Amino acid sequence: MSVDTNNKVLEVKNLKTYFFTDEGIVKAVDGVSFDLKFGETLGIVGETGSGKSVTALSILRLIQQPPGKIVDGEIIFDSKDLLKLNNNELRSYRGNKISMIFQDPMTSLNPVYTIGNQIMESLILHQKLDKKSAQKEAIKLLEMVGIAEAERRLSSYPHEFSGGMRQRVMIAMAIANQPDILIADEPTTALDVTIQAQILELIEELKYKTNSSIILITHDLGVVAKYAKRVMVMYAGRAVEYSTVDNIYYRAMHPYTMGLMNSITRLDKSKKSRLKPIEGSPPSLIDLPGGCTFKDRCVYSREECGRGIPPLVEVEDGHFVACFRVKEILKELGRT
Amino acid sequence: MYPENKIEQKDKVEPFKDVDLIEGKYSRSSLYKDAWRRLKRNKLAMVGLGIVIILILIAIFAGFIAPYDPIMRIKEDSSLSPSREHFFGTDLLGRDIFSRVIYGSRISIAVGVVAVGISVAIGLFLGALSGYFGSVSDAIIMRIADIFFAFPYILGAIAIMTVLGPGIVNIFIAIGILGWASFARIFRSSVLSIKNKEYIEAARALGASNYRIITKHIFPNAMAPIIVYATMNVGTAIIVEAALSFLGLGVQPPTPAWGKMLSESLDYIDIAPWMMLFPGMAIVITVLGFVLLGDGLRDAFDPRLK
Repeated sequence: MSVDTNNKVLEVKNLKTYFFTDEGIVKAVDGVSFDLKFGETLGIVGETGSGKSVTALSILRLIQQPPGKIVDGEIIFDSKDLLKLNNNELRSYRGNKISMIFQDPMTSLNPVYTIGNQIMESLILHQKLDKKSAQKEAIKLLEMVGIAEAERRLSSYPHEFSGGMRQRVMIAMAIANQPDILIADEPTTALDVTIQAQILELIEELKYKTNSSIILITHDLGVVAKYAKRVMVMYAGRAVEYSTVDNIYYRAMHPYTMGLMNSITRLDKSKKSRLKPIEGSPPSLIDLPGGCTFKDRCVYSREECGRGIPPLVEVEDGHFVACFRVKEILKELGRT
Repeated sequence: MYPENKIEQKDKVEPFKDVDLIEGKYSRSSLYKDAWRRLKRNKLAMVGLGIVIILILIAIFAGFIAPYDPIMRIKEDSSLSPSREHFFGTDLLGRDIFSRVIYGSRISIAVGVVAVGISVAIGLFLGALSGYFGSVSDAIIMRIADIFFAFPYILGAIAIMTVLGPGIVNIFIAIGILGWASFARIFRSSVLSIKNKEYIEAARALGASNYRIITKHIFPNAMAPIIVYATMNVGTAIIVEAALSFLGLGVQPPTPAWGKMLSESLDYIDIAPWMMLFPGMAIVITVLGFVLLGDGLRDAFDPRLK
């Protein structure tokens, strides 16, 4: 892969986040590595419990501890390892250089404060603005995220806003300090479809306005296809495939990714063709099967898949796949 | 021929204008404003609020309301029954009971407010520590709270007062220290449920410190049950103070305190019942006022609880 290393805004190396519960150790994220380039949107896809949200939360070290703990790895940002910072240093990054948009806008705003108050909080916290200029800035931000009558809306409480508007407010809060990285953790899951598109367009537009890069976490393959440049597919806490959007969508190599693609409803296929679901359900993260975690559901699995965890290997230029049998499978499918 | 396909002008729908909102006709509603609206509808609670407000005014303006000095003895006026000169009669030493009841409100209100204030302060601090940080501090604080719960309130107050000695400041301390455990438990449980809310995580993601999260984000969201319980607890504190004064452990004579007045008049209940009746009623009405208000606040803050 020909990558200009200066171009990377964020580099995550071998991240391992475990949860130590009474039932056992949940390996929510188990050795994930990826990088984010300047101005790009990186998609992280996976089903519920695949570790995509935990990966995002780990970047800002927002994992509840206990029971969670980042046991290993490096998160390089600004040529510093975020995992080695003390709490004060870390706080100066949170909401400032790296900020987050959460899944559920209905519950992510504090019900006792006005919208203005909450947007101003992060401005006052990080830019040390006085109240008046923070207020001016907040009005600008609300206008930027497309809220009409911004000045009057500043004194509204969250419950006076609809879900879509609240998500706009959350976005305004997230971009308040012009972050380098915006982590959007399923930003549209709680919204209805028409609003989803608006919010995603807004995030994309603001990316250019604020010169930031985005990590877009979702289980919606359509969203990723439209907005992301590169995609990391996660399964049971590990990355199984990692490449450009085109590679993932048109030349998927990992059996799991292929399964995902087969289970998308497509309008261009005939009505008679049935969706092919992936058989079985994801394994419990406490009691992961030895070897490849997908082998029990994989149609191509052989005995060798039980021998150790398949590493993420570059099968072709910029296309990483974690499967022992990827070459054989491609041959079987007649794609070499 | 088809009829002309024209939309008639008068059928045009008026565009929706948010006039009321723009002109600010809808009052901004928030938790506290909603609660106040519901409280206003609750007649009993308003009676309670009225009693509490009047009582506070009486305590503040006691000097203007009371017709006589509460401590001055007028021997020839000893043990008079209620009359136009002495509304509530006089006691054995010839002191005007009405004036003493009026001044006594100061002690009761002061004990209620200050002692409960101490309880709330300790309770919130330890409750936040316990609920927010959990683990060891939680275990230790909650076990200490259990010990306080196991201790009978009055007995505990008597024990502390015996050690500290009588006096108003010591009453504050005794009642204040004994009451913290409930506040700590209530606040802890609120903190536990609020700290996992998404807006707390969002605040943390914006770079807020633990201190800021507790004071700015958790605190205002957890205040409602504390306000309710504190209001009701003022009544309890007043009763405990009265009991302590009755037992001679509280406020010392000649300072007028309702509990003390009760115990002084105990022996004369059959010949001069007014000596006991009026301070007794003062205690009942005061406590009733706070309890009614507290009840109303509970319903106002959480209409589902009814």
